[in-house]
Amino acid sequence: MSRFSEALSRGEFVVTGEVAPPVGTDMSSMLESVRALAPHCVALNVTDNQGATLHMASLGASRAVLDVGVEPIFQQTCRDRNRLALQSDLLAATALGLKNVLFITGDDTRHGDHPQSKPVFDLDSSQLIAIAAGMNEGRDMLGRELSGGTDLFIGAGLFPEAEPFEVQLTRAQRKVAAGVRFFQTQAVFDLDKLARATDEMRREGAYVIAGILLLKSPGIVDFINNKLAGLMVPEHIGQRIKTAENHAEEAIAFAREQVEACREICDGVHLMPLGMDAAVGRILGG
Amino acid sequence: MIITKPRDWAKIIANLDEVGAQRVFIMGCGQCATVAKTGGEQEILQAKARLEQGGREVTGWAVGEVACHLGGTKLETRKHQGDLDAADAVLVLTCGAGVQTVADSTPKPVFPGLDSVFLGNVIRHGVFEERCQMCGECVLDQTAGICPVTTCPKGLLNGPCGGMWNGMCEVLTDRECAHVRIQQRLVAQGRGTKEKALEPKDFSKKSKPGSVNMREESRRGKKAGTPDE
Repeated sequence: MSRFSEALSRGEFVVTGEVAPPVGTDMSSMLESVRALAPHCVALNVTDNQGATLHMASLGASRAVLDVGVEPIFQQTCRDRNRLALQSDLLAATALGLKNVLFITGDDTRHGDHPQSKPVFDLDSSQLIAIAAGMNEGRDMLGRELSGGTDLFIGAGLFPEAEPFEVQLTRAQRKVAAGVRFFQTQAVFDLDKLARATDEMRREGAYVIAGILLLKSPGIVDFINNKLAGLMVPEHIGQRIKTAENHAEEAIAFAREQVEACREICDGVHLMPLGMDAAVGRILGG
Repeated sequence: MIITKPRDWAKIIANLDEVGAQRVFIMGCGQCATVAKTGGEQEILQAKARLEQGGREVTGWAVGEVACHLGGTKLETRKHQGDLDAADAVLVLTCGAGVQTVADSTPKPVFPGLDSVFLGNVIRHGVFEERCQMCGECVLDQTAGICPVTTCPKGLLNGPCGGMWNGMCEVLTDRECAHVRIQQRLVAQGRGTKEKALEPKDFSKKSKPGSVNMREESRRGKKAGTPDE
């Protein structure tokens, strides 16, 4: 059992963070981030070629995080690997001592740094979740017995704010039926919608960890609204950051309010401080 | 129909230069490439004028009835035997299937004049959209007649992905999300929403290269075109 899953099953309000593997082999900057976030987080997500841009594999970088004594959440997207590679990486994950995995579809390659590449999407995340659940029970996707199964706490993405909600809900319910135990959401701005999604998912038997994105500058607000598909900072929140005397301080204060509210709504928060790792303690109310 | 687009002219010229082709025969197609306005008579004449402006000689041209039909294309090449013999190379304004058929019908070097892009629905005159990828195992029975393999840019069988916003697609932001459309149509038809995700696709159904031999099948005593089971 991972420390992360134990904390959730004890009913603790968990905090997770996120690090990006390097674009290269020098892991010093990633590990610096790990050291800054680790005192505040029960586990750290290690992203998988995020934004469809080249980075070190999450599998190897996750192990490097584990090697410095921090529990990683190994991320796997469906974009870059077929079913053979995905399953073999899951076997490797357990062999390397990784205990948590988060499955996501993955951004489309045409928005990344290798738009000429062939997108794989052999499986979608629901299918991959079902396969991973089977591997936890010692069999591959063909039902064949493995010589040693995986032991992974399975998570997936959830987007509480995307409408139509009933479509999101069906999708999330299918993920739970396939074997998901926890959800980490995209950045949350509407807490009522977070509560709506959390209530539904708890009924299904899954934990919900809310994504908290530090809106550290007006530029970030504009970037999200103009460049990131499927994410929108509401006008009143954007204005609050933009009109503040000190943008970063206001962003920290806003994130701190969100975290406080989340304590009453869901099972934890997933912090995305966008490089301002030193602010995490204050976001958490320290 | 097969949708084609004009190939980069500089590539065509480079191809002809590679074999030192001064005299060129041009071949088009009376079917898809004519409808797509990429390889009909009009486009052939434009290509002819362009080659001639560049100092090349066009020995002749033909719009085959169906360029991908081997028998018909062989017949077409025989009809134009003299012009073909006089040419150093053949420029083919058809889909890749047509180019290969022409290449099998003449000993001359054959070059593509178009790029083949997709199997297209004709939405209206001059507007084509891809709705089917010929994946070899139809899922439309379960997806309310909307193909997620083709119309979801990621080809997910189960969706939407995390980028859907207000029912719109993350990748092609001016389009509705295929998975939202599928679910809403299923509900509207009283077919509910399925609790279980669709199973992973069997890509072996579409192993390359595809091949059907109805004559062989009927010789084996099977009714032509019927499935194996």
